[in-house]
Amino acid sequence: MLDVSELQTVEHDVVIIGAGGAGLRAAIECSAHGLDTAIVCKSLLGKAHTVMAEGGMAAALRNTDERDNWAVHFRDTMRGSKFLGTWRMAELHAKQAPERVKELEDWGAVFDRTQSGLINQRNFGGHRFPRLAHVGDRTGLELIRTLQDHGVHQGFEVYMECKALNLLQEGNAVGGVLCLWKDSGRFMRIKCKAVILATGGGGKMWRVTSNSWEYTGDGAAMAYEAGGELMDIEFTQFHPTGMVWPPSVRGTLVTEGVRGEGGHLRNSDGERFMFRYIPDRFASETADTEEEAARWLAGDKEARRPPELLTRDVVARAIYNEVKAGRGSPHGGAFLDIASNRPPDYIQRKLPSMYHQFKELAEVDITKDAMEVGPTLHYFMGGIRVDADSQEATGVPGLFACGECSAGLHGANRLGGNSLSDLIVFGKLAGDGAAAYVKGLGAGPSVADEDVAAAVRNATAPLNRTDGENPFALHDELCEIMGEHVGIYRTEEGLGAGLDKLVGWREKIKNTKAHASSQYNAGWHEALDLQSMAIVSEAVAMAAKERQESRGAHSRADYELEDKEHWGKRNLIISRGDDGQMELRHYERPAPPEHLAKVAFASVEELDAMVASGEVQV
Amino acid sequence: MGKRSFKIWRGNAEGGEFHTYETEITEGMVVLDAIHQIQAESANDLAVRWNCKAGKCGSCGCEVNGKPKLSCMTRMNSLPEEGDVVIQPIKTFPVIKDLVCDVSYNYVRNKQIPPFAPREREADGTHRMEQRDVDRIQEFRKCIECFLCMDVCHVLRDHEKKDDFVGPRWMIRLASLEMHPLDIVDRIPLIREKFGSGWCNITRCCTEVCPEHINITDNGIIPLKERVVDRFYDPIAMLKRKLFGDKSNKRLPVVEVGDSSASG
Repeated sequence: MLDVSELQTVEHDVVIIGAGGAGLRAAIECSAHGLDTAIVCKSLLGKAHTVMAEGGMAAALRNTDERDNWAVHFRDTMRGSKFLGTWRMAELHAKQAPERVKELEDWGAVFDRTQSGLINQRNFGGHRFPRLAHVGDRTGLELIRTLQDHGVHQGFEVYMECKALNLLQEGNAVGGVLCLWKDSGRFMRIKCKAVILATGGGGKMWRVTSNSWEYTGDGAAMAYEAGGELMDIEFTQFHPTGMVWPPSVRGTLVTEGVRGEGGHLRNSDGERFMFRYIPDRFASETADTEEEAARWLAGDKEARRPPELLTRDVVARAIYNEVKAGRGSPHGGAFLDIASNRPPDYIQRKLPSMYHQFKELAEVDITKDAMEVGPTLHYFMGGIRVDADSQEATGVPGLFACGECSAGLHGANRLGGNSLSDLIVFGKLAGDGAAAYVKGLGAGPSVADEDVAAAVRNATAPLNRTDGENPFALHDELCEIMGEHVGIYRTEEGLGAGLDKLVGWREKIKNTKAHASSQYNAGWHEALDLQSMAIVSEAVAMAAKERQESRGAHSRADYELEDKEHWGKRNLIISRGDDGQMELRHYERPAPPEHLAKVAFASVEELDAMVASGEVQV
Repeated sequence: MGKRSFKIWRGNAEGGEFHTYETEITEGMVVLDAIHQIQAESANDLAVRWNCKAGKCGSCGCEVNGKPKLSCMTRMNSLPEEGDVVIQPIKTFPVIKDLVCDVSYNYVRNKQIPPFAPREREADGTHRMEQRDVDRIQEFRKCIECFLCMDVCHVLRDHEKKDDFVGPRWMIRLASLEMHPLDIVDRIPLIREKFGSGWCNITRCCTEVCPEHINITDNGIIPLKERVVDRFYDPIAMLKRKLFGDKSNKRLPVVEVGDSSASG
């Protein structure tokens, strides 16, 4: 019997799991509130998936187009979400993003500048005006480094290469975290009063993904096991432009900034096919001729945006369909051409890492030749259901979530650039929320030693088995199932078959074997990550099967249209039932607040008039 | 393309040796793909750091055939066709296990650097900077902290002077702060004393291995050395300062930072 008192034990007020943009921003806020704060992260500090964000962070700073304001950003976000986003979160996000971006500048961030010396902003899909503060195509690196270098002076502790395994509770209330040190293979018990999850998404359940190894759905799984709810989990974003060749880099992200800077998409006939895929909802705001698109790129404010800058769900499906119709590029993608539209030195300055990425990994010079691109699993719109203002997870006192692992802001589809701003807006709010909760709490919950011991036993099982399944092979098998059955186009039959396969697969992962010692053992870590992926993969497939419509990133070949009346008014929520089985329920969305509905449903002209008359305050 | 043979260093702080593995190489593969394939096929517990697999996070630095490389950006077809591919951890830092090193020195050093402190915002609430004035530090801010520059720095690698010299990564970070148009902290005395700018003898090895192509030596370290020289060793400049006062816009006193003993 394990003696829990022998475990390394530390105590903090609040523990943040994840050290990307959201986790770091939350930690900074918790420290500012005077809380004893710690971050636990699976990688080294500064390596989290945020570094891969390229294009920029969306905020209506009005530096490049004075017609922009929070209401336009809010409207773009709700429309991009196919009206399934949480109204209050979209409002908070649009209103607070500018202040959060400016604050980064006070902490040392160096954004690209406009002619007049202000933060420059670039165009992106679904954003009516140039809105993305950026640093070339490495904005995520700038964000994480700024927060990291500011953060290390704020007094919070960082436990690096330390994997959070389980939330520890008294009743439902969170009272700690059990962690595993990767380097030594030893466990650490953290006693705390609140936990903020900032673990990112779960793209590693698919083979073709832009996500790093850390993206195994840990936060969603921990919240689910603790009694929390997962919402909108069926909405998994396929970014339209991942690399398709060579095979080893299939899925690696090609920033939307390429299209924002004027890149065209063409098929094997040389046709600029996006003109054929403009949805009715966006028709009045999208250029319908190459001539108008060219004027827009040249800066004509009367011209409408090119169709390459439609929302990601639309562009990803278009590329998929072109390939399926036999008009794909040699390696099964579409051609993305910036070389014909911008001079080489401009491309190298604005898209330096794309230039290097293609040069070094694909031997393609993007200043001369077109790239080959295709859809890649990129982002989870859904995740842990939270209160919009405090970011507290529903059903679990003391548990908070922010960033990609939480749900609400993006609904059925996220706009590019809204992720980095999401991190800093809701990272801060989660810090505020946790601080208010901790200050209102007396003594922290007391966790039973037996619960800790059980969690340790579960984690060490793969090491202690004499024989069993290869965790890497099981991960591969999961990717196979998800790719085949829970891909960009889904059907009732396919999802049903996928769910059946997942049942068998989950049996196998109960029998993983990690060979050799517990020290920095990649196979053991993989076996533990599979436990998170087991929960989240079932949730995604189950919700995807339930939602009988196509909306945003969720495309059903057997229900091709949006169902405004029924599904347009419902979010799907997943939680664990009393019998331990995964349960799914429909949440009927309340009517939106009137002041927000009138903004979101207005035409461009109506909104401009409302702003001009002062009816909408900006 | 067929099978290739790899010699990968396996071990920990107590010692280790090269193990030989074979794996199938297909078109476009990078070294990290081969390492992962070996890990999945025959060495499940092989320790290797990686995250983005796109040259953006700087986690997977190691020595490939004796040369410091990001394994995710080193294509197999860039290596000689004959012979074993030899992979070992970077040398400047102590090994934890296999290809994973203890790089905590870097986090200790970063914390010793007085943080950015901006001048007041302008009346309209903005900070204004010209693009041409930030080009220089944007180059430094491309750093992905892969520490390959630290791996080849003779002062650190061969002479074990980690307590005396902060190393190229942190000189670049200091340069990005010192040349930041908004920053008002004076770090020049610290750069000389605590961070040991004098130790760098400008062999440019760091610049050569930087995967982000940052001109570490010429654009970062040398200008910092010049600032130190101007401040402490230039008699004319010293006299000028005495007569006319210090014209630089750096007004804040030097920030004292804690513990100077950076462990290796």
